[in-house]
Amino acid sequence: MESLTELFTYILQNLINALQRGSFYAVISIGYSMVYGVLMLFNFAHGDIFMVGTYIGFAIATLFIALFAGFLPGPLIFVATVIVTMFLASWIGVFVEVAGYRPLRSAPRASAAITGLMIGIIFETGILIIVGAQRLKFPALMETVSYNVGGVYFTNVKIMIIVISLLLMLALHGFIQKSKWGMAMRAMSYDFLAVPLMGVSINIIAPLTFAVGAGLASVAGILYGQAYPILDPYMGVLLGWKAFVAAILGGRGSIKGAALAGYLLGFIEIFVATIFPSTLRDLIAYSIIILILTYKPRGFFGMEHSTKLRL
Amino acid sequence: MQLKIENLRVSYGNIKALHGITFSVEAGEILTIIGANGAGKSTILRAISRMIPSEPGSILEFEGEDILKYSTDKVVSKLGISHVPEGRRIFGNLTVTENLILACFARKDTQKINKNRKWVFDLFPRLEERKDQLAGTLSGGEQQMLAVGRGYMSGRKIMLLDEPSMGLAPLLMLEMFDALREINKSGTTILLVEQNARLALKFAQRGYVIENGSLVLEGPADELLVNPEVKKAYLGA
Repeated sequence: MESLTELFTYILQNLINALQRGSFYAVISIGYSMVYGVLMLFNFAHGDIFMVGTYIGFAIATLFIALFAGFLPGPLIFVATVIVTMFLASWIGVFVEVAGYRPLRSAPRASAAITGLMIGIIFETGILIIVGAQRLKFPALMETVSYNVGGVYFTNVKIMIIVISLLLMLALHGFIQKSKWGMAMRAMSYDFLAVPLMGVSINIIAPLTFAVGAGLASVAGILYGQAYPILDPYMGVLLGWKAFVAAILGGRGSIKGAALAGYLLGFIEIFVATIFPSTLRDLIAYSIIILILTYKPRGFFGMEHSTKLRL
Repeated sequence: MQLKIENLRVSYGNIKALHGITFSVEAGEILTIIGANGAGKSTILRAISRMIPSEPGSILEFEGEDILKYSTDKVVSKLGISHVPEGRRIFGNLTVTENLILACFARKDTQKINKNRKWVFDLFPRLEERKDQLAGTLSGGEQQMLAVGRGYMSGRKIMLLDEPSMGLAPLLMLEMFDALREINKSGTTILLVEQNARLALKFAQRGYVIENGSLVLEGPADELLVNPEVKKAYLGA
């Protein structure tokens, strides 16, 4: 009996950890899916956009704490940091679309993919030059409080990460379903050639999509900085690729799929690590994903677009 | 003259699709261009709405403005030229209402938009019955109605129609052309390209015949209907 309760708390404990990890993957992978849905290309710079967003978040958080700590309440500083960072980071997304991908709209898809990778390298090197190679510590935007409920340990930071990620995705869902820009994005994913005939400029919808993806990624960066407060210029590579895997697993272009697959990836990683040695974590986790894709090559919600399919 | 096309040339790679086409459309009229499959009918409409580039020397003017200065979305939203493309191209993952709202993306006149939408629903009551349904679940005829309704809401000065009869049952076809006549009566010029020559010539006031990328005949629609060459080639009599 006692071991059963133990097992239960053990699972619950890992569930919370998995939800936190999955939150990062989910919020970042949505950026890949949105861009794919609208422009049918994978923005391989997205992981590094996340990284730059995290550095922007770091700068804003440091600035706001220096300016307002003491006379503004902590949560207010946190919210202000998130809003300002989102705004600034979304311009990174706009820049990537306008300077990187727009000139390549009618070029072969491989050119766009290679350009994405190069933009990523430029961002990494740019941060190295501007900030330097030393690892930075992301300032804590709230005091960590630990709770112990029936043997399950969690912190307010963890809960906040999970809740804010869910709220962001809910807000995005509302934007996509209700606003006319969201409508245009959905229409693009169905038939992008017919969208201009509605008087909709692709030169508005495409940068907007990049902006939303970058804004979301930057919030994921702030949250990531609260959970793992070490910044380095290559942090976007690993996390970005994993989020990309989630986007593929969810089905290209499917936002819902990307979010779900992001959480699934978090769960697989955490639970694999509880059973097997943690050095084998990625090996086993990604083997499972290859297995899923073998039987579901389009991912969970991927659509059949054989004629329109471009990498 | 509302729409002036002079010496319009279009190529797809090495293949010349249009060899210098010249015609004009008067405000408020119904003009049709008939011709066989592959003669270049759709290419004319695509060139006007700037979906494909035309070769240097082509002149495309709408109400005195150079169409070539505008991109596709501006041709629709700024000039008021709507294009109902071949194969309908409705957005199947959006509801009927959303399809109509999207067509007004660049418009700011909310009250007028609502009025236009009511008008479309009066014209096609079937669409109003299905307004919250995903457009992909509509029948072919209903999808065509939606495509036309969408076109009406996006442009309104002139509507370019590409084979609206395609795939429609004969009765639906007549219903569709009645609706198009209503749209024309409301003040929208219509430029129709059709393979169904008889239907198109009965509907239009004036017509052109296109063959292998060149306009070969022109005249009042009722004269073309009895023209022996047209009869032999396109009316099957």
